[in-house]
Amino acid sequence: MDYKDTDLEKRAQDAMCVNESRLEHKWYHHIKYVIVGIIFGIIFVKSEVISWFRIQEMFRLQSFHMYGIIGSAVLVGLLSVWLIKRFHIKTIYGEPISISPKKFNKGQIYGGLIFGFGWAITGACPGPLYAQIGTGVTVIIVTLLSAVAGTWLYGYLKEKLPH
Amino acid sequence: MLEFLKQPWPWYIAGPLIGLTVPALLLLGNKSFGISSSLRHICASCIPAKIPFFQYNWKKEVWNLFFVAGILLGGIIGAGLLSNPNPVVVNPALADELAGYGITNYNNLVPEDIMNWQSLFTLKGFFLMIVGGFLVGFGTRYAGGCTSGHAIMGLSNLQWPSLVAAMCFMIGGFIMANLILPYILSL
Repeated sequence: MDYKDTDLEKRAQDAMCVNESRLEHKWYHHIKYVIVGIIFGIIFVKSEVISWFRIQEMFRLQSFHMYGIIGSAVLVGLLSVWLIKRFHIKTIYGEPISISPKKFNKGQIYGGLIFGFGWAITGACPGPLYAQIGTGVTVIIVTLLSAVAGTWLYGYLKEKLPH
Repeated sequence: MLEFLKQPWPWYIAGPLIGLTVPALLLLGNKSFGISSSLRHICASCIPAKIPFFQYNWKKEVWNLFFVAGILLGGIIGAGLLSNPNPVVVNPALADELAGYGITNYNNLVPEDIMNWQSLFTLKGFFLMIVGGFLVGFGTRYAGGCTSGHAIMGLSNLQWPSLVAAMCFMIGGFIMANLILPYILSL
């Protein structure tokens, strides 16, 4: 398939970082992301972030656990991003690090509320869905496929929705 | 050591480790932390259907799919090798409330009483798994990110739209968990 110059722009409609790398990598360079994912998944399970029960506690203000996790994660993230920018730290391949800003649109309000509804029902955001399947609860595959369907419908309706 | 690792990890260990994912991905390849985008890449690679939103070179974002495959593997390891033999300990007030809906099994991180293959074909299961999952997928993409992309990555980079999104996630969650979910669990 032929992708025109608009490709970067199109991918940038996402929250995803779309920094173009000039380096061509073989597929096995992606294994490092698998490893980060594995560590992340283990933390998810062991801290019970992927527990439906912990999410219910959070939304009923019955436990500090989730607030502590998200709060301390943001603090560490803030400090890391500040250090990277302050000292112009480069990637392991020597490329400069840049983070694309997030533009405001009303989708963050409408979509945010809709995702909040789903989060409280399923007790999971997208990351925990993958980890929950890994823990052996195979029925969550259905929840994940349904989330893919939701994403697809958003793409289908995108131009008609208020943003 | 292994016994120690098998205990549930406290927030002050897990939170900072999750936060370190942000610099890890940036340093490894200038990638911004975000998970819900993987759902979009799955659509773009499998069912693009000529929809403009899915017409892009998803192969350039394939690292994200490797990352979520890792999360799944991490779930297998966390639940297999490092599994906590004890039931999930929850706030007694929550346990009381959930017992009223017949939820008493705390052996798994997911409530097996209501989320299983049999209940999938009941009205309650339909709402919990299919409608719930659908709202997660639709809402995260509409908002342009989820807890990782907005609440953690966006706030780490001081992006105010991410703060708006994160607050709306919480408002939606509070409304659902306290006002609507009780009716679904009573079905």
